[in-house]
Amino acid sequence: MAGKKRKSSSMYTAAHNAGFGTAFMQGNGITKLSAIIFGLGNLIHKQIIRGVIMLSMEIAYIYYMISFGLDSIKNFITLGTKEQEEVFNEAKQIYEYVTGDNSMLCLLYGVITIFLTLGFILFLRTSVKSAYENQKRAEQGKSIPTFKDDLSSLLEQNLHKTLLFFPVIGVLCFTIVPLVFMILIAFTSYDRNHQPPGNLFDWVGLDNFKAMFANGSKLSHTFWPVLGWTFIWAICATFTCYILGMLLAMLINREGTRFKGFWRFIFVLSIAVPQFVSLLTMKTIFNANGPVNIMLRHIGVIGSTQSIPFLTDPTLAKITIILVNIWIGVPFTMLTTTGILQNIPKDLYEAAKVDGANAFVTYFKITLPYMLFVTTPLLITQFVGNINNFNVIFLLSGGGPDTVDYYFAGKTDLLVTWLYKLTITNKDYNLGAVISILVFIIMATLSLLTYRHTSSYKDEEAFQ
Amino acid sequence: MKRKKGSMKIRKFITNCIVHIFLAILGFIWVLPIFFVILTSLRKEAGQYKSYIFPRAYTLDNYKKLFDPASSLTFGRWFNNTLIVAIFTCIFSAFFVLCVAYVMSRLRFKMRKKLMNIAMILGMFPSFMAMYAIYFILKGFGLLEAGPLKLVALVMVYSGGAGLGFLVAKGFFDTIPKTIDEAAFIDGATKWDVFRKITIPLSKPIIVITILNSFMAPWVDYIFAKVILGQDRQYYTVAIGLWTMLEKEFVEYYYTQFFAGCVLISIPIAILFLIIQRFYVEGMSGAVKG
Repeated sequence: MAGKKRKSSSMYTAAHNAGFGTAFMQGNGITKLSAIIFGLGNLIHKQIIRGVIMLSMEIAYIYYMISFGLDSIKNFITLGTKEQEEVFNEAKQIYEYVTGDNSMLCLLYGVITIFLTLGFILFLRTSVKSAYENQKRAEQGKSIPTFKDDLSSLLEQNLHKTLLFFPVIGVLCFTIVPLVFMILIAFTSYDRNHQPPGNLFDWVGLDNFKAMFANGSKLSHTFWPVLGWTFIWAICATFTCYILGMLLAMLINREGTRFKGFWRFIFVLSIAVPQFVSLLTMKTIFNANGPVNIMLRHIGVIGSTQSIPFLTDPTLAKITIILVNIWIGVPFTMLTTTGILQNIPKDLYEAAKVDGANAFVTYFKITLPYMLFVTTPLLITQFVGNINNFNVIFLLSGGGPDTVDYYFAGKTDLLVTWLYKLTITNKDYNLGAVISILVFIIMATLSLLTYRHTSSYKDEEAFQ
Repeated sequence: MKRKKGSMKIRKFITNCIVHIFLAILGFIWVLPIFFVILTSLRKEAGQYKSYIFPRAYTLDNYKKLFDPASSLTFGRWFNNTLIVAIFTCIFSAFFVLCVAYVMSRLRFKMRKKLMNIAMILGMFPSFMAMYAIYFILKGFGLLEAGPLKLVALVMVYSGGAGLGFLVAKGFFDTIPKTIDEAAFIDGATKWDVFRKITIPLSKPIIVITILNSFMAPWVDYIFAKVILGQDRQYYTVAIGLWTMLEKEFVEYYYTQFFAGCVLISIPIAILFLIIQRFYVEGMSGAVKG
């Protein structure tokens, strides 16, 4: 029974898997005509519902293109030509705005039309392929699947289409379309001086990228230091948390330590608190008049009116941020490494003890190499996460202290927080888009290089 | 010999003492900020910074005032908003994540590797990079016209891209032995049956983790909520509501209430987090225990 079923399904897929090229070239007239009239191959072979669905999709697309789509493609290329104007209305004796083209919407509708066209091409391929499949089946004298068969195949060999449908739509609408849109903005002049609907913006090619890297411009004077600090921050934040977290886990795990559960609970408590709460609290604590400064005044370390500029001095702010990040990150590392530490074979340590190795040697020769071997993927995820660590910087220092040397960035701004300031606060969307593309390139290179080396990618079927 | 053993014991005792004292100091540092939050939330004197650390007088009024309907900052409303958004978000995103994870783990089709690579690349863009575009798309759909619709928009934003976060759940599904599925196929089950009746029931830990993780997102997200909800204070979620309390025009009056709100939010989130922790350990050890 099972064997039979599998055989029939494999034959089904053989015709199913014919590419669009072969289907179109080897198909008969009806198959070829299906590229122009969708669903023809289905209608002729009595798959009425499937054929009608395909045909109506085609009609809907053509209707959309005639009524709206062609215009939006044209606008997409020009990004609008008619600027908003003030016209004096004689009858009312006032100036009135005559709405011009909105470049922003031109771009958005253009992107949407392009995606709809891609969907249309996909339908074209499906139409030809399914016509070819029907043609082959008719030639071989096999039965042609009814609409009911099609439906039940959605729960069997085509289950992936059913299950992926909604998630893919979601990702398409809320991730891919916005991303394409943002990437395109990097090649336009959409900045504070070109704000729709009042003004038009236009395609400028690679000008924004050139401005970002141009020698001596304020932008590049901001970009390189911010990039440098982003990397210093990511490296410091990742490794301090990693090493200290592991040491903490070892301290708690070691033989003589009592109340292990209690210690773990104390440290886990701090990650259980929502991050924005703990970060905003930390911001208060390190304020010029915050508890830490008050305490130092009470103890007499500093004068009663003095305060240490924890978050307002550029260098000190960087140190404070890294320290606060240790407070936040160490318990997390402790939690993840505890289990792995317990898995290190005990005989390794016993052998080291017999050889007379002290604690330092065992740590650097046994524990650290073993941990690095197991937790490299984790380390990379954390590194990438830290490059993009918006919350810590934004909520703690807000990127400050501000400086006039930079283009709307503070001394502790990361690329991502600078991106936020450029777009949300200053409306230089084109520069923001350039930065996000650069951030993406950095991260993609880093993680593709390393992710492909992890064992979970290489042998994902190890346990199946 | 005996003496040597004795000195070893003393040395061990001393190290143990040092370790415990060290842990106690560290633990103290780690708990101190939390302690500070609770202390400030109970402080009677309003206003931001005081020249002393321990409050002069204690009160529960800060908590009561949070729910005062006459106040312009209504914590209760924010709480309800966030709860509604969180419930719908976790239903949709858990559904998306489980579907994608199952497909990628169990079903074999032409585009599989390609789709997985695309998902990974997409996951690397800073998520709020596309925020502005999302804002305009939502506006285009007319979802930013009225307050309640903004909450719908928020649910869509939180759960829309959820399908990309399938890796952990996929790793879990990978540990369910294929022989179980095959046994079911022999009995005539379809793949859909296997998904519904075998995989899902076996995957309780990972489902709980997925649901709770997506449930927690709206409580702690600041950026998206701020952009979508704008100035509509009635429809704020808790996170931006609390942030508003620290704005310049409010901070002197609402400072202590801010901390009261933080305590109220932290308690359920902390409990959920501790539950996730338990399931996380369970989930990482695989579906079927040998």
